[in-house]
Amino acid sequence: MNLSTIVEVRRPASFADLRDWHAGCSWLAGGTWLFSEPQVAVDTLIDLDALGWTPLTVTEAGLEIAATCRVAELHAFAGPPEWRAVPLFRHCIDAFLMSFKIWNAATIGGNLCMSLPAGAMISLTAALEGVCTLWPRAGAPRTVPVVDFVTGNHANILQPGELLRSIHLPASALAKRTAMRQVSLTKLGRSAALIVATVGADGSDFLLTVSAATPRPVQLRFPACPSAEALRGALDARLPRDAYFDDVHGSAPYKQHVTRYLAEQIRSELA
Amino acid sequence: MTRYAIDGRGYEAEPAPGQCLRTFLRDLGVFGVKKGCDAGDCGACTVHIDGTPFHSCLVPAFRAAGRTVTTIEGLSACGDDLHPMQQAFRDAQAFQCGFCAAGMIMTAVTLTEAQKADLPHALKGNLCRCTGYRAIDDALHGRCNIAADLPGQALGASLPNPFTDAILTGRARYTMDVAVPDLLHLNVLRSPHAHARLVAVDRAAALAVPGVVAVYTWEDVPRRRFTSALHEDHLVDPDDILLLDNIARFAGQRIAAVVAESEGAAEAGCRALQVTYDILPAVFDPVAAMAPDAPLLHDKDHVEASSNIYCTLQGEIGDVAQGFAQADAVYEQTYATTRVQHAHLETHGSIAWKGEDGRWHVRTSSQAPFVVRTKLAYVMGLSPRDIHVFTERVGGGFGGKQEMISEDLVLFATMKLGRPVKWEWTREEEFIGATTRHPMTTRVKIGARRDGTLTALDVEVVSNTGAYGGHGGETLAAAMASPLAAYRCPNKKGIGHAVYTNMVPAGGFRGYGASQTTFAIECAIDSLARQLGIDPFAIRRRNVVQPGDTVESIWKEPSDASFGSHGIGECLDIVERELATGNGLAKPEGADWAEGRGVALAMLECGPPTEHRSGADMRLLPDGTYHLACGSTEMGNGITTAHKQIAASVLGTRADAVAIINADTDRTPYDTGTFASTGTVVGGKAVHLAAQAMEEDILDFASRHTGVPRDQCRLEESGVLCGNRRIALADLHAEGTKVDHRFMVTRRAYLSPRTIAFNVQGVRLAVHRVTGEIRVLHSVHAADIGRPINPMQCRGQLDGAVAMGYGWALVETMVHDGAGRMVNPQLRNCRIPTFADTPRTEIHFADTTDRIGPLGAKSQGECGINPVAPAVANALEDAIGVRFTHLPFTPDRLFATLSAA
Repeated sequence: MNLSTIVEVRRPASFADLRDWHAGCSWLAGGTWLFSEPQVAVDTLIDLDALGWTPLTVTEAGLEIAATCRVAELHAFAGPPEWRAVPLFRHCIDAFLMSFKIWNAATIGGNLCMSLPAGAMISLTAALEGVCTLWPRAGAPRTVPVVDFVTGNHANILQPGELLRSIHLPASALAKRTAMRQVSLTKLGRSAALIVATVGADGSDFLLTVSAATPRPVQLRFPACPSAEALRGALDARLPRDAYFDDVHGSAPYKQHVTRYLAEQIRSELA
Repeated sequence: MTRYAIDGRGYEAEPAPGQCLRTFLRDLGVFGVKKGCDAGDCGACTVHIDGTPFHSCLVPAFRAAGRTVTTIEGLSACGDDLHPMQQAFRDAQAFQCGFCAAGMIMTAVTLTEAQKADLPHALKGNLCRCTGYRAIDDALHGRCNIAADLPGQALGASLPNPFTDAILTGRARYTMDVAVPDLLHLNVLRSPHAHARLVAVDRAAALAVPGVVAVYTWEDVPRRRFTSALHEDHLVDPDDILLLDNIARFAGQRIAAVVAESEGAAEAGCRALQVTYDILPAVFDPVAAMAPDAPLLHDKDHVEASSNIYCTLQGEIGDVAQGFAQADAVYEQTYATTRVQHAHLETHGSIAWKGEDGRWHVRTSSQAPFVVRTKLAYVMGLSPRDIHVFTERVGGGFGGKQEMISEDLVLFATMKLGRPVKWEWTREEEFIGATTRHPMTTRVKIGARRDGTLTALDVEVVSNTGAYGGHGGETLAAAMASPLAAYRCPNKKGIGHAVYTNMVPAGGFRGYGASQTTFAIECAIDSLARQLGIDPFAIRRRNVVQPGDTVESIWKEPSDASFGSHGIGECLDIVERELATGNGLAKPEGADWAEGRGVALAMLECGPPTEHRSGADMRLLPDGTYHLACGSTEMGNGITTAHKQIAASVLGTRADAVAIINADTDRTPYDTGTFASTGTVVGGKAVHLAAQAMEEDILDFASRHTGVPRDQCRLEESGVLCGNRRIALADLHAEGTKVDHRFMVTRRAYLSPRTIAFNVQGVRLAVHRVTGEIRVLHSVHAADIGRPINPMQCRGQLDGAVAMGYGWALVETMVHDGAGRMVNPQLRNCRIPTFADTPRTEIHFADTTDRIGPLGAKSQGECGINPVAPAVANALEDAIGVRFTHLPFTPDRLFATLSAA
């Protein structure tokens, strides 16, 4: 929709040009959320496309995903064969409520910065132990794990004017086996629970990531694939019923119920 | 200026900084790009940028600079020829109102073979509210659903919508698809409070916003109370609304209007208004609202003390107490249905201006333009002669446009300001400010003898009509009528209340109250059968009303509804047979999946019990073709196609030889409106009579002209055969002109008597005991709609109605917080069925030809929704032995019931 409060669009060509910021500024990446609701507090859009960041960079250390990488670009990504986790990219992207047409515009960084419980790129990058690089308005860039970047429903640690530059997925996580389950109240709808687990090829380092069912992603780490009882016990210890996110896309009791169910399915798949 | 390449043309233009591509394209005159939600959820605005599909409402316009934009208008690069995908949509008739078609086609053309193999995923971002997606699936599989238009064979032929090519190429003009010079834009401020008195509105800051021209509040408008509900008889609804009021009775009620040079300025003006509210206590639950100490919504100033009960209906036939005493089994349960929105893809909106003729013209999206005219005349103190209300293409209705909720303010503003004024609603406004289905709570007590014969039926309905009472009485009457009348039972009793609350007002919605009690009664009948160990088909066969029975619910009054045909037995047989035969789709593997079957029926008296009339004008044109004018509204219901077919069949010609104009108070005869299943049985009747009169007129003249006796003259496709002599109609017209014979006729139709139609829905489903997921495995629908005038369209109407039924049963939930504010007023949060949510339904027709309906036809667009939700509920109980009584059956709600059990 038209954002009728916008008076200026800045299209900076370089990092140096990003520095000028006031309270009415908003970063513009894909624009798919920004343009979907009135943004009456915003008067200036700062277009990140003009910076020309390389969407995906493969290194020995892992995968560097620029914040402006389109969902469609990540969907099309085929990594080296030893990165067994790459099919999870598509599984998580398919779990989006959004259509493939939105993938052409929406960005990975935008999904993280929206910080909605059902943000499937949060699920993906948290599960693959992603680390965000943030550019504060002043000072040196800082890094923070994705799982700590999102702090609640539509809340994260970004300071005013701070920019999410990229997400790094370490090669060690990309090499792990993965399993994923998702449920929604409607067919292919918004996730009520999106649960991912990863485990090393040798069966060590089992990492369960609960998302969508909770306001922010929650991780449980085990030295090896746990027993059903151990997983359930850890899950309930970490997530009492009131820790689940109650909204129109699923009640909290239901989300707790399916989280337990799906977590066990995943555990037995990876065991 | 920046250069933009759109549909092969170059434009020098500069979008506003925050402008999205959708409105930028429309500002350039590319009206084929539609707005369904303006938020990326519906896909109606899909365009290609450098060949890649985008939702143009989410694309900052500046990003299209220097790139190639293709819209529906430029899809076919070869002039007027259709693109193969447009042709596929034409052949399959993969649209009804057509509002989604542009986006649907622009999406479909980009699909890879892999995506085409998984349409539920591929079409996630495209909503259609009309078709139930079956015809869209057909288009994408290259299926052809249309027949040839042959002279004299129009009746019963699956002819395409006459506006097909215009709709599929983006040339068809919906309400907002016009560029009006000197146009002003109206926006309203809506109350954030569910109940409040406006103490003061400070307009200074709003008037200071650049571009704001005027601000109106309750202090500026006529103090004439009216109802926004559109009925022939305005007295069936309470006059409880003011153009602008100083009392807000629901969160979302319009309380001030701002008119400005641009939409953005009007929005800014609304934000700048300083309103001082005196917040009043509010009540949201109708039972609480009936309590003596409940906050009162309307002080009606009657002689009697006011209460929030807008109306109470009650009656009894036989002796219900005695009937229960005779029963071997009695079942009692309370059921609840939900508030849902029509979600027609085209939002409400109107444009008004003063014409060179000195009259007021209102271009709108309405199901009843004539009643809008009458109502506008009343509110503004004008003569109806001075007002012209009309539609062009209308993007869906479903009852939501049986309201005057946008025309009044634009006319008021244009009368004040002398300039054209437009008001286009947002999707959010549809959810918070338009009408909804009435949520009803229905207690049913039902008794039967051991053999299943009903002995007593007792029903108590509480309907939440919201802040205003439009349709409150009529939907309650419908709720207490056909669902009860559908069963032969000597003792029936009912009481119902329609109650004001501080909720968004309810209104007319496909099924119109009958949907709600059909859900309750069809569930109760099923449970009673289960209790008695009787098959659910058998108990319905035993008790369903038959020819010879008095068709009555709870009142012993003469009725004008009777059986022009009776196909319920055949419908039950079809559904039973098809469910038994199966479709080969097995339940998913695993012990957690349970499988069940359910059936439900619904009866429809074809047309409302209130007054309803229509008219049709026909003319023979100089070229020997015909012109038909009928006041009915085409909003995807297919009525223009059907009317052309009725006329063509009488006149022995092709439907294509009958041009049509509809829903225009200047250019068509009076028509009450296209709602309550009247398009065929009233409008169609008028067309039938007019076509017969046209034939008479032509033959009479031909006989006089040739001297051949009248009984030796016969009308053919394009001429009259008088004895051995054939005169082309064009020549006959020329001869007539010489003697001032004009070949013009007009006829009127009135709705009475009414015939009766039936629908039966069968469902086989699987439900996952742990996740609560429901998969519909087999969906069968049989309709007793008389002779289908256009089988393809009838099937399409039923596809759409059944899909809407599944939406109500499984998907749709409007959620309000404790303050009466809607929590999820976006289509991504208040979902309507997508392709993935919608099972493909087998549609069957009973082989009936009606004695009462025109050309053997009955109503077909409305009632198909009614048996769906109870059939699903009955199948659920069959699967897992638990009776779910509250809609919708979403997995978390199933879980709540199962975990509590």
